[in-house]
Amino acid sequence: MLLYFVFVLGIGFALKRYMKTSKDFFQAGRALPAWICGLAFISANLGAQEVIGMGASGAKYGIATSHFYWIGAIPAMIFVGIFMMPFYYGSKARSVPEFLRLRFDEKTRALNACSFAVMTVFSSGISMYAMARLIQTLHVFDYLFISAGLPLGWIFHFSIVLSAIIVLGYIFLGGLTSAIYNEVLQFFLIIAGFLPLVIIGLKNVGGWSGLKASLPQAYTHSWQGMTHASTNPLGVEWFGLAMGLGFVLSFGYWCTDFLVIQTAMATDSEESARRVPLIAAIPKMFFPFLVILPGLLAIAATAPHATVTTKVDNGVITRTTENIPTEAESKGQGLVPAKTNPLTGKIMLDASGKPLLDYDLAIPSMLLHYFPTGILGLGLTALLASFMSGMAGNVTAFNTVWTYDLYQSYIKKGAPDTHYLAMGRWATVGGILLSMATAYAATGFNNIMDTLQLVFSFVNAPLFATFLLGMFWKRATGNGAFFGLVSGTVAAILHHGMTLPLEAHPGLHGGWIAILHHYPSDMAQNFWTAIWAFCTNFVVTILISLFGKPKPESELVGLVHSLTPKPEMGHLPWWRRPEALAVLLLVMVVTLNVIFR
Amino acid sequence: MNLDLRIPMGLMFTLVGLILSVYGQATAGSPIYERSLGINANLDWGLVLLAFGGTMFILGRRGQKKAERTPVKPLPEGTVRRGH
Repeated sequence: MLLYFVFVLGIGFALKRYMKTSKDFFQAGRALPAWICGLAFISANLGAQEVIGMGASGAKYGIATSHFYWIGAIPAMIFVGIFMMPFYYGSKARSVPEFLRLRFDEKTRALNACSFAVMTVFSSGISMYAMARLIQTLHVFDYLFISAGLPLGWIFHFSIVLSAIIVLGYIFLGGLTSAIYNEVLQFFLIIAGFLPLVIIGLKNVGGWSGLKASLPQAYTHSWQGMTHASTNPLGVEWFGLAMGLGFVLSFGYWCTDFLVIQTAMATDSEESARRVPLIAAIPKMFFPFLVILPGLLAIAATAPHATVTTKVDNGVITRTTENIPTEAESKGQGLVPAKTNPLTGKIMLDASGKPLLDYDLAIPSMLLHYFPTGILGLGLTALLASFMSGMAGNVTAFNTVWTYDLYQSYIKKGAPDTHYLAMGRWATVGGILLSMATAYAATGFNNIMDTLQLVFSFVNAPLFATFLLGMFWKRATGNGAFFGLVSGTVAAILHHGMTLPLEAHPGLHGGWIAILHHYPSDMAQNFWTAIWAFCTNFVVTILISLFGKPKPESELVGLVHSLTPKPEMGHLPWWRRPEALAVLLLVMVVTLNVIFR
Repeated sequence: MNLDLRIPMGLMFTLVGLILSVYGQATAGSPIYERSLGINANLDWGLVLLAFGGTMFILGRRGQKKAERTPVKPLPEGTVRRGH
């Protein structure tokens, strides 16, 4: 345990050491090599939701969770690299909302900038809250607090303040460069912490074949039963999966979210920028083995049980019982403990009286179970790193959008550059303070996290239609984009209000207007909400655009596909072009899907 | 950019690897390794990280020396400059 603190300190020093040398706040642009940005591209997305959430889904649904990677990320990453990056990088826009202003108009940008700024702050707050909760649950700092004579209740505050200071420190000093560097560092740290876990865990259950043998068949096949929603653990049929997750949701996220796009826009040339998402797709493809597999292993592993040692000493038989599992542990499955009510400490039961499993603890309890002191510190550090890298990406995206798209555009125009630089720094402080406020708000209201995520999904779902039409249809107008976006969000809200997953109560899960349709699972409902929002936006944007006057073509050069010269790749041999990499990636992802079908 | 990320990263992993493997060596055969199925996870993984960190560090140093030797080329005409 002591060694763990050495690790945290060592990493703290390593960060501090190179924060000093980080260059200017806004100079991250045009200087970073593609591989660094590529790793930061996926690392920015590696927040709390990713590591804990994917491990949890792995434990809950099995290998089918990999659809979130192989269907729900890779194709979109290829698309953004090949087709969309030239417009982002070539348009001279400094952020995604700014691109919207260039392509459409001021109000579309304001809408996107505001909703995006709010979302980043809330997501980083949620990340912070989840991290502090996890530190509390795992008793990471308990020893330190007891030895210092401080009350254990302060651990929560301590964790929040600590993470805030670390993230604030390196972004305030080094801006986007520093955030990107840290994200890459955290990326390797996460691999260093989780890879041995997977190796030891796999060895314990007897390799892949042993894992297959100890789990129900549906757990190790990702495509089985996908023809119908009722025959697979996700409760989604293939069309909803491919269209909802694979197209609308994933393209909406990877192709429009400035959180990830900002890393690609920091490279030194358009060519590198196009390569960033493609480079990122390679490790992304293998991430299921790092974050989903531990979830499966946690379910497959034998549950902790009491060990009774019997000793015969001078005719006296002594029995000592060690490692008595807690009630939550013994009621759980494998290494996944049962869920306890945080207020009463009692085990929570589902409708049929079976204990609910706390899947979110799948990966943390794997770490505690398999890692001896020493490497355990590394594992826990990796876990914390994943939270912080998600937070940092949100905060840098926030300060850029705030400074360029809101402050510079609507509050103070035409100030000298140093003024905006200072603003960027203070926006970082403000963003982190707001995140902390969100984290504390989350402690007060039980459902705030779910509610926020729901609201985000309403706002995000229709986004991709706007970008798609904007980039590939020169006739699309600003009015069309704006009202399309608004009506897409409204459609998402209406759809959510009128449908309900089976076995859920009306309210936060939907059905709060009227119940017109039941979905087999909340995931199916989620996917279909996105599909509805996308289609509504698509149709409304086209209709309104047809009645309006399009922008003159001269203003759209570099923003729309048909009016932009093809990126010049002639000097590169064919195998070094982004397209070649894209084809290779497609082949790989299809192969993976076939292997784990 | 005059800082090659591979240098601090290499240093950090070398350090972590060193601590882990020394600790693993010191605690070899200790009952704490029952958790990890008798594998001395500290020693083994420490060595892996040491090798990784060392490689990164050497590559980073080599890259930086190379960058110092080649003079900075002026950007060709018409290159998109980001307005930061």
